[in-house]
Amino acid sequence: MGAAGAETAERGLPGGNGYVGRALKRKEDPRLITGRATYVDDLVLPGTLYAAIVRSPEAHARIASIDVSAAAAREGIEAVFTGEDMDDLAAPCPMVWVPPGVEVHVPDHWPLARGKVGYVGQAVAVVLGSDKYAVVDAAEEVLVDYEPLPVVVDPEAALRDGAPIIHEQFGTNQVFEWELAGGDVDAAFAEADVVMERRVVNHRTAGAAIEPRGALAEWREDHLTLWSSTQIPHVARVILSIELGIPEERIRVVAPEVGGGFGSKLQVYGEETLTAWCARKTGRPVKWTATRSDDMLTTHHGRDQIDYVRIAATREGELKAIDVRVIQDCGSYHLIEGPVIPTFTSCVVSGVYDFDAVRTTIVGVFTNKVTTDAIRGAGRPEATHLIEVCIDQLADELGIDRLELRRRNFIRDFPNERPHGFVYDSGDYDGTLDKCLELLDLDGFRREQEQLRSDPDRPVYRGVGFSTYVEICGLGPSRALGPDGWGMQGGYFESAQVRVLPTGGVMVYTGTSPHGQGLETSMAQIVADRLGLAPDAVEVIHGDTNTGPFGKDTYGSRSLSVGGEAVARAAEKVQDKAKRIVAHKLEAAPEDIEVAEGVFRVKGSPEQSMTLAEVATEAYIPADLPEGLEAGLDEISFYDPDNFVWPFGAHACVVEVDAETGRVEIVRWIAVDDCGPAINPKLIDGQVHGGAVHAIGQALYERIHYDEAGQLVTGTFVDYGLPTAAEVPSFETARTETRSPTNTLGVKGVGEAATIAASPAIVNAVIDALRPLGVRYIDMPLTSERVWNAIQEAKR
Amino acid sequence: MIPSAFDYAAPDSLDVALQTLADGGEEAKPLAGGHSLLPLMKLRLAAPTLLVDLRRVPGLRSVEREDGSWRIGALTRHADLQGRRELGAVGEATALIADQQVRNRGTIGGSLAHGDPASDLPTVLLAMEGAVTVRGGAGTREITAADLFQDYLTTAVAPGEILTEVRVPALEGWGHAYEKFSRRAEDWAMVGVCALVQRGEDGSCADVRVALTNMGSTPLRALAVEESLRGGPLDDGAIAAAAEQADEGTDPPGDLNASPQYKRHLARVLTRRALRRAAEG
Amino acid sequence: MSTRVPIRLSVNGRAHELEVEPRLLLVHLLRDQLGLTGTHVGCDTSNCGACTVHLDGEAVKSCTVLAVQADAAEVTTIEGLTGGDGLHPLQAAFWEDHALQCGYCTPGMIMAAADLLARNPDPSEEEIRHGLEGNLCRCTGYHNIVRAVRDAAAELRAREAGARTTEVV
Repeated sequence: MGAAGAETAERGLPGGNGYVGRALKRKEDPRLITGRATYVDDLVLPGTLYAAIVRSPEAHARIASIDVSAAAAREGIEAVFTGEDMDDLAAPCPMVWVPPGVEVHVPDHWPLARGKVGYVGQAVAVVLGSDKYAVVDAAEEVLVDYEPLPVVVDPEAALRDGAPIIHEQFGTNQVFEWELAGGDVDAAFAEADVVMERRVVNHRTAGAAIEPRGALAEWREDHLTLWSSTQIPHVARVILSIELGIPEERIRVVAPEVGGGFGSKLQVYGEETLTAWCARKTGRPVKWTATRSDDMLTTHHGRDQIDYVRIAATREGELKAIDVRVIQDCGSYHLIEGPVIPTFTSCVVSGVYDFDAVRTTIVGVFTNKVTTDAIRGAGRPEATHLIEVCIDQLADELGIDRLELRRRNFIRDFPNERPHGFVYDSGDYDGTLDKCLELLDLDGFRREQEQLRSDPDRPVYRGVGFSTYVEICGLGPSRALGPDGWGMQGGYFESAQVRVLPTGGVMVYTGTSPHGQGLETSMAQIVADRLGLAPDAVEVIHGDTNTGPFGKDTYGSRSLSVGGEAVARAAEKVQDKAKRIVAHKLEAAPEDIEVAEGVFRVKGSPEQSMTLAEVATEAYIPADLPEGLEAGLDEISFYDPDNFVWPFGAHACVVEVDAETGRVEIVRWIAVDDCGPAINPKLIDGQVHGGAVHAIGQALYERIHYDEAGQLVTGTFVDYGLPTAAEVPSFETARTETRSPTNTLGVKGVGEAATIAASPAIVNAVIDALRPLGVRYIDMPLTSERVWNAIQEAKR
Repeated sequence: MIPSAFDYAAPDSLDVALQTLADGGEEAKPLAGGHSLLPLMKLRLAAPTLLVDLRRVPGLRSVEREDGSWRIGALTRHADLQGRRELGAVGEATALIADQQVRNRGTIGGSLAHGDPASDLPTVLLAMEGAVTVRGGAGTREITAADLFQDYLTTAVAPGEILTEVRVPALEGWGHAYEKFSRRAEDWAMVGVCALVQRGEDGSCADVRVALTNMGSTPLRALAVEESLRGGPLDDGAIAAAAEQADEGTDPPGDLNASPQYKRHLARVLTRRALRRAAEG
Repeated sequence: MSTRVPIRLSVNGRAHELEVEPRLLLVHLLRDQLGLTGTHVGCDTSNCGACTVHLDGEAVKSCTVLAVQADAAEVTTIEGLTGGDGLHPLQAAFWEDHALQCGYCTPGMIMAAADLLARNPDPSEEEIRHGLEGNLCRCTGYHNIVRAVRDAAAELRAREAGARTTEVV
């Protein structure tokens, strides 16, 4: 797709008082630690109707009839609606990826099923009433007559001739086939000394934010307000407008406190549309809150790729080409992005290595499961997993040390255009690996490993695994991602408005929509330095479409590198205007004004200064402004980056495997990440810890599993095993700081980096531990039984 | 998720509780800590029409030593028992049940009356050859552990009866170990093994008991292991050889994380580990 | 509809007399009837611990307790943890150590940690990790939560020692 070359946008560091870079405590926390924050289910409106949704117990069936009479007759039930009642919707759920020249099959996907169901949990009817317990009882009395159809859950089986076709109109279960390639892949394989091949399964997982989804809709005077547990209020407003046929200006979407997203709330779900529709239909506020079972069944899942990996190399370990064929299980319908997610695998499928040729072919497949879409990392964890596991596999085949093979192939010149058209902006892969090894003490570990293994009475199997990763984030250049590029039907700028109030305090409106990332703090730090005040005097407002300019919300580790940059730029516009006012008042030239020590002052004459509050007085009582300057001190910036950002790092994981039971225990974790200069190091560490545990969960415990009949086996937190504190280690973290030339802050995203990095380190560590027993490869999740089986098979 | 509607009573004596239960008919159930029953009710896998809450019934939350036994009131919480060394395997196993919040509410009587083969306490009771006291319309009776667990979630406590007390022998001089293998710390046991060992004066195995968690539709005694060790040496070799028979006569249910074959293997490994630890005292 | 049942209970030191449906869960009583929305629901199967409150001084999962079972009991929620103004040492440590991100699990985590420290005033890292195994957090990876509980434990011990010293004087 040819992202533009990274244009260096250095404009010199703005003056300030040094808040950027400091590990400040979060401004968000007081309300959260005292129980005073307001999540969507905490909101109460008078006259609210509660919604309970009737869901399909069938994975694939025609709906012969629905009888709502018994439910509707129950005391306290206001209304029961089915898909037929919703025939006034203007459009089904839009899917926003329309890649030029590629056919993508997009079935109509409605909030309530019309005629048939394609997965267990699909919404079929809604019951509304004033008591939230009574609607649940009534929902059990909605009688739906299903005519079951053949079910297909295995994506490879779904592609075979004779498989049940889920959407007859397409005549196939294939959703799309898409390819991104660069360099002469076929020639490289033809000439290669060695070709390593591996089938890598990256299984389906859940985002599992601890706050289940929920929505509260109010219809008043032809205006809709929707409070939703969402990452994307701005996008949601556009989509609700399209679906409901309500002019966008009459819709307000608010993301109140949001209890985690991890991509699972980067979505506009049928329930949000349904809740809004019900509010309009009944004229009453309508609230829907997911149970965890609802959430596991219907909140989109992630991953679910089968990756056929081929790597061509010389015997000396020079990597020549990588060719990956991805089978992506899309589920039975699409939500807003679904099929595009695996294409992000292609961006970093060649990792930190200097391959001459790269090809990724992706085949999307319909199955009778819920939709897959973005979950933390969204396509890139799959890429890192396959390349980093396969590098170890290749090292074993070549008899070259795993780290040596990596070092021989690291990309070292930046910016670096890769064969498939991407330009890695900056990097220092040796630097993060060096620091990681320093913390690890590899020689010491190898001695310990050998000693523990050789205990004749009770051999202990420890292993170390590495992941040297690069990821792509900071979505993104609109030119690259948009309709004529990747094919996303939207722009990927970010907006910010910085408003100085008449008394000198500052409101910042960001188009991002944070839900745990701490942007109220980090953005305040950015603004504080530029305007000469303390972060305490900066309020960051987000998540409400009726405030601030149109924004593009929070996902893809974009909030700081795109949203933060927009904030910085808006703050600098304010600073520029303030400097003109100060220069005018102090009779100096604007370019001689600096922001330092909390004031605007004349360079060289620090006694000549004004505070921001004094500047604000001049701006809002505009009696003596410079000629031609408008009143007010309030600026907007729309920032559209000209490249992505490319965070990188090195993770090392030490595991101990109980060879008798197969249990894997993580003993140590060292994470060295580079996301550019820190705005707030505390927040970076937090993202790394949480991101790594997300991947540890996938690698060891978490698995979405459907049985042959399409029933979800892991539908509660009893079965779906999120790691608890007792399963994970403390982390040893360090950073290097390599500036990104893409933005003036020099920053790269870090919200997904550790999730993208971590899983191959665990798999590689377990294989390292079990190498003496002959184990060569294991797919995730590394359940104790799977590891034990691998040991038994190796013995044979 | 919420339970179906039901009626509720919280009588302040056992007699009234029994009468209320009897009046409530077949779908009436006693309620102790509720940590087995309420989750099922919320998932609507159980829908009793009447709950008779025992919380106001006096005298059911106690731990007393009498002769060679511990008498534990049915409403005694796991948290009251967890980690108490004098209670032997009961103290060890209760500390491993779920998590602290669950242990703060869950009761020994509730757990035993529920009869989940994946629970820890039924196995411990079986190994210790304990018994429970139940009261019903027909009076009081004692049910030994061997008779208590009849099938999956089915115990010999009849409808209309209330389990009031648990009695376990103190087993002084015995070593004990409960080995629980689970995916995560808070999970149910994939397999659990309770081993009790009494060494003779010469160090040999005077007596031994082994019981298994989640290896069938009820907790099971590993009798072949016991027979193989009883009266013989307690060295590592003997223990290892005996433990190989741990899965004899079991019929473990498979699930996503553990096939029957793997559970059988775990039973053997954990039995060896539990026996070794119990043999150490 | 079943017969409603009268209950009396104290929540954060305040007495309440109510009539409730027997199936009403304690968490819904607290949130919907008493407006104490700091206690959250995350899972329904007593796994996640977001609904943790203290019942007669002990941590329980209020989604698995019936409101009627709390009759005659004292309930403490995150809103009443300090019994007054200011922050509890656990709250202060969670803030200082960045032991929360989205904050949804935080009230339950803090209430569980308070129970843990009441049982064990000086827990090791492993004891903290096991002590919190009934509470799920998806954001923090637990690292900073463990640190915050350790720091709060030290602070509470220091206060305790200070109080004893004062008594002696």
